[in-house]
Amino acid sequence: MHNQTLAQLSAGLAAGDYSSVELTRHFLSRIEQLDPAYNSFITVTAEAALTSAIAADEQRARGEVHPLCGVPIAHKDIFCTDGVRTSCGSKMLDNFVPPYDATVVANFAAAGAVVLGKTNMDEFAMGSSNETSWYGPVKNPWNTGLVPGGSSGGSAAAVAARLVPAATATDTGGSIRQPAALCGITGLKPTYGRVSRWGMIAFASSLDQGGPLARSAEDAALMLNVMASFDPKDSTCVDREVPDYTAGLNDSIAGLRIGIPKEYFDPGLNSGTEGAVRDALAQFEAMGATLHDISLPHSALSVPAYYVIAPAEASANLSRFDGVRYGYRCADPVDLRDLYMRTRAEGFGDEVKRRILVGAYCLSAGYYDAYYKKAQQVRRLIKQDFVEAFKSVDLVMGPTCPNPAFAFGSKGDNPVAMYLEDIYTIATNLAGLPGMSVPCGTVDGLPVGLQMIGNYFDEARMLNVGHRFQQVTDWHNRTPEGINP
Amino acid sequence: MTAANDWEVVIGLEVHVQLATRSKIFSGASTAFGAAPNSQACAIDLAMPGTLPVANEQAFRFAVMFGLAIDAEIAETSVFERKNYFYPDLPKGYQTTQLEKPIVGPGHVDIQLPDGGHKRVRIHHAHLEEDAGKSLHEGDWQVNGRPMTGIDLNRAGTPLIEIVSEPDMRSADEAVAFARKLHSIVTSLGICDGDMSQGSMRFDVNISVHRPDTPFGTRTETKNLNSFKFMEDAIALEVERQIDILEDGGRIIQETRLYNGETRRARSMRTKEEANDYRYFPCPDLLPVVIDSQTIEAIRDSLPELPDAREQRFVEQYGLSEYDAGILGDEADMARFFEEVAKLCGDPKLAANWIMGELAARLNSTDTAIGQSPVNAGQLAGLIARIMDHSISNNMAKQVFDAMWKGEGEPDDIIEKRGLKQVSDAGALEKIVDEVIAKNPAMVQDYLGTDESKRKKKLGGFMGQIMKASKGQANPQQVNEILVRKLNDLL
Amino acid sequence: MTIERADIEKLAELARVQISEDNIAATSRSLGNVLALVDQLQAVDTRDIAPMSHPLDTTQRLRADEVTEPDHRLAFQKIAPAIEDGLYLVPRVID
Repeated sequence: MHNQTLAQLSAGLAAGDYSSVELTRHFLSRIEQLDPAYNSFITVTAEAALTSAIAADEQRARGEVHPLCGVPIAHKDIFCTDGVRTSCGSKMLDNFVPPYDATVVANFAAAGAVVLGKTNMDEFAMGSSNETSWYGPVKNPWNTGLVPGGSSGGSAAAVAARLVPAATATDTGGSIRQPAALCGITGLKPTYGRVSRWGMIAFASSLDQGGPLARSAEDAALMLNVMASFDPKDSTCVDREVPDYTAGLNDSIAGLRIGIPKEYFDPGLNSGTEGAVRDALAQFEAMGATLHDISLPHSALSVPAYYVIAPAEASANLSRFDGVRYGYRCADPVDLRDLYMRTRAEGFGDEVKRRILVGAYCLSAGYYDAYYKKAQQVRRLIKQDFVEAFKSVDLVMGPTCPNPAFAFGSKGDNPVAMYLEDIYTIATNLAGLPGMSVPCGTVDGLPVGLQMIGNYFDEARMLNVGHRFQQVTDWHNRTPEGINP
Repeated sequence: MTAANDWEVVIGLEVHVQLATRSKIFSGASTAFGAAPNSQACAIDLAMPGTLPVANEQAFRFAVMFGLAIDAEIAETSVFERKNYFYPDLPKGYQTTQLEKPIVGPGHVDIQLPDGGHKRVRIHHAHLEEDAGKSLHEGDWQVNGRPMTGIDLNRAGTPLIEIVSEPDMRSADEAVAFARKLHSIVTSLGICDGDMSQGSMRFDVNISVHRPDTPFGTRTETKNLNSFKFMEDAIALEVERQIDILEDGGRIIQETRLYNGETRRARSMRTKEEANDYRYFPCPDLLPVVIDSQTIEAIRDSLPELPDAREQRFVEQYGLSEYDAGILGDEADMARFFEEVAKLCGDPKLAANWIMGELAARLNSTDTAIGQSPVNAGQLAGLIARIMDHSISNNMAKQVFDAMWKGEGEPDDIIEKRGLKQVSDAGALEKIVDEVIAKNPAMVQDYLGTDESKRKKKLGGFMGQIMKASKGQANPQQVNEILVRKLNDLL
Repeated sequence: MTIERADIEKLAELARVQISEDNIAATSRSLGNVLALVDQLQAVDTRDIAPMSHPLDTTQRLRADEVTEPDHRLAFQKIAPAIEDGLYLVPRVID
């Protein structure tokens, strides 16, 4: 059962091949058996999952249900779940049990999906390797000596290891697409404002966006159908009709104009990765698409701009964690200053503290113009590059990340080495554009991701293109060794 | 004030006005005053993780109304920013406020000075922001034997406009006149309940002194004054302190000061060197607010009457003096009270006299707002009506008013119960007058011997005895007529 | 790019994050690395470019002024570190 896609499981439930309870039990036992090796879950909610599976079966027996009714999924532990600990990968929130649901969580509950648990992640979504989680790193199912990517490494590893058919995730600078690429699965970061951020713990508010991690483009479409909604509780959520993302999956892609930015094939790109991406581009050409060389001249500035804007926003977003109303509080504070200084020093990990300090620095008196304002100006230049490009192409394609999965600790103690792993994904967050990663090959047995960047609200086209690619390739169906014991 | 003649005082105000919205500026929690602690602090107000703000339309409407009332430019696009600092009553660790693009641009307020003159105070801008919660230090809460402060976040997120004036005021009197004028504007607009005791309006006062024709001195800021009296007192204290320092050859340090109304002392809170670096930046959770000119014009058309216009109308409609109109027309509650009394009794001038005289004296001495007056407009009008139909004398009316103030009920009932009916029966009065004339031949002779132009002064003695004989119930005007007629008959 | 000790101390104070003596050097070094990266921005000519705070050019929706949130104090204070009499407790603040 666990090798079936979301679409197949939905059909199987509809046909009565198995019940939701059976499915749920199967995946729960896989988690119990296999996850100690991957550490992809922070919290497993077995009891609640079985309760909702029973309810889903009853609902299905009564008649018409949502396609995802009774299908098991998992939520990244950044989405608040009413009554279930929501840690954001941090000691700061290890004891935090929210009394409310994120809109994304509520949407899945309304569809009748069964939530198996909360997945591991880099602390407050700050990281590209899952090494910053307070709950320990997630291991890449393709090679447990390697990172799964981050920050949604738990969701990606769980899907890759077939511990769950699909999971929710978030992407601030590549946190859906990069782990999707490193774990050989499909991940979609929608247009900013497509998915509600209510109840999704903020890292950088103008960049954060929720999206799915799944086995295939078709499954990602099924997930996005539930995740995307207009939510009046999120001022930045866009009031725009949500289409059925599965409707156009099989449309022809003949005549599709694909832009290939020369900046995404720079000397830093792994040659094996480049080969796999070029092969995929040739495949699209064979399917009737046309390839066009384009330039996104400010690409190299996306990482520096991001590492001003994201920390600046984060430094304010994380000020609420002060040990007063919820979460971690240091032992026996002698005065107010001590309460703040120690609670935050002890509750946050090194990377989070580093970004808070960088953010405070870039916003502080005398530096605002040179850093923060400058970065916001460069951000506009980066957006304009894409606006210009989309005048002549329908999609932009390139590698998702410069290298396949790397070893734990291999980035040393210079944080910038890690930051540069997101060099191809960050620009889309700055511009607010949708981005997607689909498996397109391997290097030394490790998965490679092809990145598609679409125009605003063009998710349906990206899913269509991804789906057609997956009809003629089988990279997305390959599985790591050891997951089918 | 030491050598105040040699020093010029320069004052600018920052005024926080709580807007009278039902819900908070960024959440749907109630803003009602006096609820159980933290019972009106929702997930957004508590800065629970993942929660997001959505701005309240009414808060913007109110801010625009204020802007139009002070003749200011309304920003078509205004932007919320985050002001970052840590304090337990600030749950997010930042205050959502406006800095670069406030909703209300430069405007002005005209004030009337105690000497009758007028002055224009310029408004630099006014912006929307959220209020903080409250810290309570009075409890004996302890954790591990350490004393604790309690935090109540009911007030957190209450919408405020902060009005920032230019440093245009030159005395405590001017500052208080300005503050009172703002109070009357926001209450007339109905955008603030004006209740200072509940913190609905709070003042930060920037004060400096300098020799005329020299640059402004270094200023200090005295924060969070919540009554006109405290403001006046705090300014006097600070001006004196600054002049003393300067005359001793000292230097003023730019600092924030805290005034204590109970001890009538102020002390330094923090100096500029310790000042926070607030790291303002545009709030990414909120988008620019655009208010188109059509909406602004619609709000302009629906503005209620403002104090200046009302005072003008009182002069024209009721024939009040400019001074009386200024007192009665300034505050919305007072103006409403006056108009109701005037309408019910039909004599605006008498209504004005009673409100500014007897009623104002009682309100002032008991520190009672007109809205809380124990004597309502209907009762006062009823009393005035009895004066107008000569049922009671002015002196009696004062007794009746006193009884009404004490809650003894309607004027007619009080008049009835106390037997205060004025005697206006001509026959009865003539009899009393005749008796008094008969009993006082010496006074009669004195009257008749006095030069005609000075006779009037001699009537007092007769009047006193007549009133006494009638137990104070004789209608004085009528008595006067009868008395003069009868005395003149003796000539 | 070097970050002085005094800068680190000031940032730690602003951000209310205690940095132990042992960690000052390492923090200074890694912050220096990050700031060297972001300093690449200085080379770009951004004259006449308006800063961009939001990815989409949209404007704020305004909510009707209605009370929609009931009292959830019990649920919220169940997860609070220190409460009494309905208040959140912090070490005594003197000001």
